[in-house]
Amino acid sequence: MSKPESSNVRDLLFGNLWDYSPAPESADHVTIKPRYGHFINNKFVDGENYFQTINPANEQVLSELATADAKAVDAAVQAARKAYDKYWRPMSGAERAKYIYRIARMIQEKARELAIVETMDGGKPIKESRDVDVPLAAAHFFYYAGWADKLDYAFPGSKPTSLGVVGQIIPWNFPLLMAAWKIAPALAAGNTVVLKPAESTPLTCMLLAEIIQEADLPPGVVNFVNGFGQTGAAIVNHPDIDKIAFTGSTDVGKIIQRSIAGSRKKLTLELGGKGANIIFDDAPIDQAVEGIVNGIYFNQGHVCCAGSRLLVQENIAETVIAKLKHRIATLRVGDPLDKNTDVGAINSREQLNRIREMVAVGEAEGATKHESRCVLPEKGFFFAPTFFTGVTPSHRIAQEEIFGPVLSVLTFRTPEEAIAKANNTPYGLGCGVWSDKGSKLFKVAGALQAGIVWGNTYNKFDPTSPFGGYKESGFGREGGVHGLLPYLEVR
Amino acid sequence: MPDKYQPPRVPAIDQISVEERAASFTTRSIKKEAKLAGLKLTARMIDLTTLEGSDTPGKVEMLCRKARQPGAGCPPVAAVCVYPTMVPIAKRELEGTGIKIAAVATYFPSGQASLSERLDEVRRTVEIGADEIDMVISRGQFLAGEFGKIYDEIAATVEACGPAHLKVILETGELQTLDNVRLASQIAIDAGAHFIKTSTGKVSPAATMPVTLVMLEAIRDHFVKTGKMVGMKPAGGIRTSKQALHYLVMVKETLGDAWLDPDWFRFGASALLNDVLMQLEKERTGRYHSDRYLSMS
Repeated sequence: MSKPESSNVRDLLFGNLWDYSPAPESADHVTIKPRYGHFINNKFVDGENYFQTINPANEQVLSELATADAKAVDAAVQAARKAYDKYWRPMSGAERAKYIYRIARMIQEKARELAIVETMDGGKPIKESRDVDVPLAAAHFFYYAGWADKLDYAFPGSKPTSLGVVGQIIPWNFPLLMAAWKIAPALAAGNTVVLKPAESTPLTCMLLAEIIQEADLPPGVVNFVNGFGQTGAAIVNHPDIDKIAFTGSTDVGKIIQRSIAGSRKKLTLELGGKGANIIFDDAPIDQAVEGIVNGIYFNQGHVCCAGSRLLVQENIAETVIAKLKHRIATLRVGDPLDKNTDVGAINSREQLNRIREMVAVGEAEGATKHESRCVLPEKGFFFAPTFFTGVTPSHRIAQEEIFGPVLSVLTFRTPEEAIAKANNTPYGLGCGVWSDKGSKLFKVAGALQAGIVWGNTYNKFDPTSPFGGYKESGFGREGGVHGLLPYLEVR
Repeated sequence: MPDKYQPPRVPAIDQISVEERAASFTTRSIKKEAKLAGLKLTARMIDLTTLEGSDTPGKVEMLCRKARQPGAGCPPVAAVCVYPTMVPIAKRELEGTGIKIAAVATYFPSGQASLSERLDEVRRTVEIGADEIDMVISRGQFLAGEFGKIYDEIAATVEACGPAHLKVILETGELQTLDNVRLASQIAIDAGAHFIKTSTGKVSPAATMPVTLVMLEAIRDHFVKTGKMVGMKPAGGIRTSKQALHYLVMVKETLGDAWLDPDWFRFGASALLNDVLMQLEKERTGRYHSDRYLSMS
């Protein structure tokens, strides 16, 4: 590939010659109740205090939810314990599977409603909640339903048994999908659940609660409690919980690990990341650019396995950066409910401030900022797709997770240097490798300390594929047959 | 000379990712004003085509009439595309309308003739009034690795075209791999093609979105490198307005505003025009009418 002379590079004009008319998905038929209590024993129970959840795209209040204190959490755990002893443990795997299949089918039936609520509550574009989050959530239930009566064959030579009551705490970036990742294997393995959604995105879990009600699961098998860190702590520290599964920040993960030390509780953690997306000079360049975009601007970059560090071979860096500039000019940022929106709203004001702060750090440390010239809506929390060039491993924006649509571009010269740079992080969750040469791709992939390595693609998810971290990105796997292990005692 | 020819270095193509990207354009929601504007733009970009053994002067006259006046509320098309023998008829019918006359020369569709015979046909066709020549490359030579011959034949045809514009048909259905498509596109562009075109319409598959995307990317990279614009014409298999709008989305988001113009993007199609008319009528009245109201062409 010949390098373009920089003085010769012509700009493409991505203007509004033929602009798409607004195409908002209608939210008319969606019912969000004005308030939701704790969901315990298949019933919504009033709480004492309530907090509000807003639409980050327009800052309007959508609903309010009961804050679960230690007492409410205890009620949920007791319900789960009773359901475990009375219904779920004695039930055959085939019977459990029927319930899980039913949940999967009902998610499909209510897919449209779930997608709209997910987008309203979290800010992600409707095309993602419609095409990724909701179908994958259903797929996880379908997949694990299939395992429920085959556990004896999952780990040959051993006798797997359920653990009991599991406490699960999930993040705000993929609310329904994370609930599915947590609940489906737990139920298939024969456990009962107390789950806390994130405080900024509780609504699709409340719709899932209604589905569980309607699916007529035995009362207490799945319970939801809402709230902030204190609610999470009450779950983590509850003496009658057998296992904690947490997805969220590395800081909180460390606190959880400390607090359950010395207890009988098992633990899986899926934490932060600073994924490297490695582009070799023999890569399919235009498709790699799509992979870069998908790696960092998918879900506004609120993805723990995001490809937030682009490692590009020096001899093609100029070409790749020029292409990336053109590509982000076509990303449509705005109303998440519009079917043509590519990048939606940042999940919360707090997160927006964090992103702004990190971008300011990048500028102060001397990296060069490039941002898309899109017009951002006046209301709501939005951030233009951005990337930094001239980044080295000592820049903070190359080390710390930004969790927003901000990419750091670094260069490398040899495969060894690419591997060393990719692994030069406390994290180890997702990585991408782009090369047309299979032998190189597999060699590099094998040397990366990351739980997930994508070859010539990025951010692809499937229930059959295990997902999880190395190093400070956590431990334990979700998805696939591996995803059953954390919910089983294998003897 | 041919044996010294070094084929251009082109980036590798990952077929799976190209297909994914091409599919992503089909999820754009094009409604209301955008749909109306897109339909009219589509009509203006059509090379209304008849390339049958059974073509007669009468049939070409009918086609030209349709090209000038497709139907109420619909602008005239970009060009009429016919066999060289029909060029005089089309010239008579389209005089003064601004509609271009495109002719398929170079022993369309097989391209199986000697270079001198093919160039003769091109010169004769331009002489009798063709504004645009649609040539086919020798796929056999391409697949045999004789890239220098392909380059030379295109360059010679550009020269033989004189003032006429040259569209180079790669016949991507026979090249098969996207890597071949990318290389053939680059060779054609380097040799001076004004347009690159997917297909003759005589081979299946004809135009597809992934193939067109790879060709658009070749055009884009060439423009970024040299500042020279090259046009694109997918042909064959685009029958519905919905498909055409998907292609326009792909053009808009790959090459930008400058290519949203009949000078730089064409649809080689025949059935498409009536579907555009049907959709325009639906936008006007709010309902679909029967295709019995549409004139045949």
